[in-house]
Amino acid sequence: MTHSLVSAATLLGLCACGMVGIGLYGLIVRPDALRKLLSFNILGSGVFLLFGVIGRRGAAAGLEGDPVPQAIVITGIVVAFSATALAATLLVKISDAENALPDAGREEDEA
Amino acid sequence: MSEPFALLLTVLVLLTAGWIVTVRERRAAVLGFIAYGLLLALVWIRLAAVDVALTEAAIGGGATGVLLLRVAARLGDLRPMSAQPGRMLKWLAGLVCAGVSLALMALVLALPDPAPSLAGAAMEPLARTGLGNPVTAVLLAYRALDTFLEIIVLLLALIGVWSLGPDRFWGGRPAAWYEGTPSSALTFLARVLPPFGIVIAGYLFWIGADEPGGKFQASTLLAAMWLLTMMAGLVAAPRTGSPALRGALAFGPLVFLVVGLAGIGWGEGFLAYPDRFAKPLILLIEAALAVSIVAALALMVAGPAERNTP
Amino acid sequence: MSHVLPPAEGINLPGLLLVFAVLLPILGLIAMLGLRALHPERVARVVAPLGLLLACAILAEVWEGRSAIDYTLGGWAPPLGLKLRADGVSAVMLVLAALVIGAAALFSQHQFRTPPDAPGDTRAPFAFWSMLMAMWSALNLVFVGEDLFNFFVALELLTFSAVTLVCLDGRATTLHAALRYLLFALLGSVLYLLGVGLIYGRYGVLDLALLSELAQPGPITLAAVAMMTVGLMAKASLFPLHLWLPPAHAGAPPAASAVLSALVVKAPFFLILRLWFELLPAPYSPLAGQLLAALGAAAILMCSVVALGQSRLKLMIAYSTVAQIGYLFLVFTLTAGPAPFAGLGWTGGVLQLLSHALAKASMFLAAGLIAEDMGHDRIADFSGLARRQPLAIFAFGLAGLSLMGLPPSGGFVAKLMLLSAAAASGQWWIAAVILAGGVLAAGYVFRVIGAAMKDRDGEAAQPAATLPATGRHALVLALALLALALGFVPLQPLALFAIGRGELAQGQP
Repeated sequence: MTHSLVSAATLLGLCACGMVGIGLYGLIVRPDALRKLLSFNILGSGVFLLFGVIGRRGAAAGLEGDPVPQAIVITGIVVAFSATALAATLLVKISDAENALPDAGREEDEA
Repeated sequence: MSEPFALLLTVLVLLTAGWIVTVRERRAAVLGFIAYGLLLALVWIRLAAVDVALTEAAIGGGATGVLLLRVAARLGDLRPMSAQPGRMLKWLAGLVCAGVSLALMALVLALPDPAPSLAGAAMEPLARTGLGNPVTAVLLAYRALDTFLEIIVLLLALIGVWSLGPDRFWGGRPAAWYEGTPSSALTFLARVLPPFGIVIAGYLFWIGADEPGGKFQASTLLAAMWLLTMMAGLVAAPRTGSPALRGALAFGPLVFLVVGLAGIGWGEGFLAYPDRFAKPLILLIEAALAVSIVAALALMVAGPAERNTP
Repeated sequence: MSHVLPPAEGINLPGLLLVFAVLLPILGLIAMLGLRALHPERVARVVAPLGLLLACAILAEVWEGRSAIDYTLGGWAPPLGLKLRADGVSAVMLVLAALVIGAAALFSQHQFRTPPDAPGDTRAPFAFWSMLMAMWSALNLVFVGEDLFNFFVALELLTFSAVTLVCLDGRATTLHAALRYLLFALLGSVLYLLGVGLIYGRYGVLDLALLSELAQPGPITLAAVAMMTVGLMAKASLFPLHLWLPPAHAGAPPAASAVLSALVVKAPFFLILRLWFELLPAPYSPLAGQLLAALGAAAILMCSVVALGQSRLKLMIAYSTVAQIGYLFLVFTLTAGPAPFAGLGWTGGVLQLLSHALAKASMFLAAGLIAEDMGHDRIADFSGLARRQPLAIFAFGLAGLSLMGLPPSGGFVAKLMLLSAAAASGQWWIAAVILAGGVLAAGYVFRVIGAAMKDRDGEAAQPAATLPATGRHALVLALALLALALGFVPLQPLALFAIGRGELAQGQP
């Protein structure tokens, strides 16, 4: 019983490593910024999952997992969402600037 | 019995991740990402981390998904950030990334067994906090500074999003969701779902002290309901400069700070709760934080102020 | 792992100073956000001097007690809880941050003032001041934190505030620079976090002091530190991960560029120092130290040459930042031996960090004054500038002394110490790089001064009269003079930089 639990955690640990690789690949290979952002999220979720697996392996004291890595992942997910929102808004702003008519221009150019 | 499930999840997650990275269309990739978030929530349940599963489903899949769908719909052509790699380069990158994955796998397999854990250390003083859910205790007692700063991160990202709007609309309302009238199905959902959402959010918040759930999950659900009514045009997005909204955003961290500093007054130290009042104080902080989180999440998805209509 | 709860912290006044150093700027941020009518620049006017006072109090406390001060948050001792701790170097960094941020705040009172007739705040001032506050808090946390994940949150605060400041003017070029910066920084954070995860999986602990007792050499520990180092390198813009920095630092408003170059890139470097000297089981492999030093050397040589070729002043200063960061990474091969913190290499490295921060802040602010006056920052068109803006050019030149490593300047003492440490350990290639970097820096600094000294030929469109000196000119000069004053530090290892580190160095089994 315990053995099967451990190996399921290990399996998902390997899954996390795969996610890291896929996210890294997308970040390097895809030129589109939105795709880079999605790839970053995949990479990040792989890292979070690794924390989850480590937490699951640390099951003890009547708990099904170590609560510290779980709490860290919750914080991490919120931070990753914030990063994604900031980057996505930046993308929209860049897209608006690049696809705008020449006269619908920018704020005054002070430098 | 559970291993085939874990195997199935692993295969599905990796396939979806591969699809998101390789598919041609942006919208398809974003839809793939939402599915990916939901799959991950299942993975977290499989890992017996229900708190995380709820957060992942709500924020990782839900909020991020809505945000990205909105962005993907609005994005035009973008100048590529890097050159389109040739076939050789793609293979090379693939090999490198596969190498990284394999090396990481070797490290994961080399992790010590039995694993070191703070589970025991976290359970031991749990009674002092009056809480039943150790994850909540980590977030609001043991590592409370992390959580406090995380709210600041959220607010900072919101200010960052706002600062990307034009000068003349500062303090105004975010852009309308749709140009035309929203579909009747959306309007229907926006009328029917929120009451249920509010009840479930209240439940999640309340049980969070002792069981999986808590302010983040509840707040995200509330933010989602608010966004839904905004999308359907039933309520207007709030003015980003309105005193009520600004106050709501500042409220959570301020209460957190005041309670934290009060700990010094009680002679217990910053962010320390006197044992007898620990649980009510933690619930107070969570409730105050929830107000700020709902506002921050919803407005981050809504985007910077882009109109000045009253 | 068994673990005993300590008694409640009680009132630990020196320790509380650390808490306030982190919280005070955030309190300012909350006030700015919640009360629009306050006008953010006025809040900053209150927070900045208080913060400087706090930092000085911490430094005095550490110096007088000759030992580090610490604070256990909420009475929850690590490994379960979090701790703050300031040793000699941390305390000095806190003062440095307060000085540079104070200077940036004074400099920007005019540029980012909310219009008096505005009903509430306005976009650019609000974003600037709130981000400056958040950045300050995050920097202080990096300097006094003890927990690997706590550092992650601080790094994210730094990233978000820095990126927002880079594209504050909303032009397409700065937006692109900000996006590139954000993606680099996020990749860096994720790599760092991956390392943190492995460390937790291996030891079940995230507190640096506990880890320095527990850590064993082994594949997981080494791989984790390697990942964290690479992630932090991307954030510190160590060659070859530096490409994001020049457009980002050149695009930000002058006061923001000053803070970014002086402090924000130093924070990840500071963390790499802590990982290598505290987490890694001592002594780390000399080969790894040489690899970092080699990257630093490459940064010094290549980026100095690129700086020489820049036609825009702000881009030139930004490339110079990447080159000067290279010097910092030389430390990793100059601190061998049983007592690294008592050696010239360590003191020289910390002094280089301090003097570059002050000198570079002065330079970016001077560049801001120049660009404001000329309406551009093309070096080729600077003729007549020395007559119009003598103080700005003078300050620029004084700050330049530190970059070149000429006496009297902090840069001179720092580079001389690094040079002696390199010579003492027989690493002549490092000595050669330090000297070559100085010559190249002289090249790009004098190029600017030479262009500014040229008389305006013919054109009488603008009056060549000297502009009146303002408080901002005095500020720029003061920063340059501070960098200069560091040059009067005695040429020997400083006891201050070893406070709180001795027991770490000798505590290793």
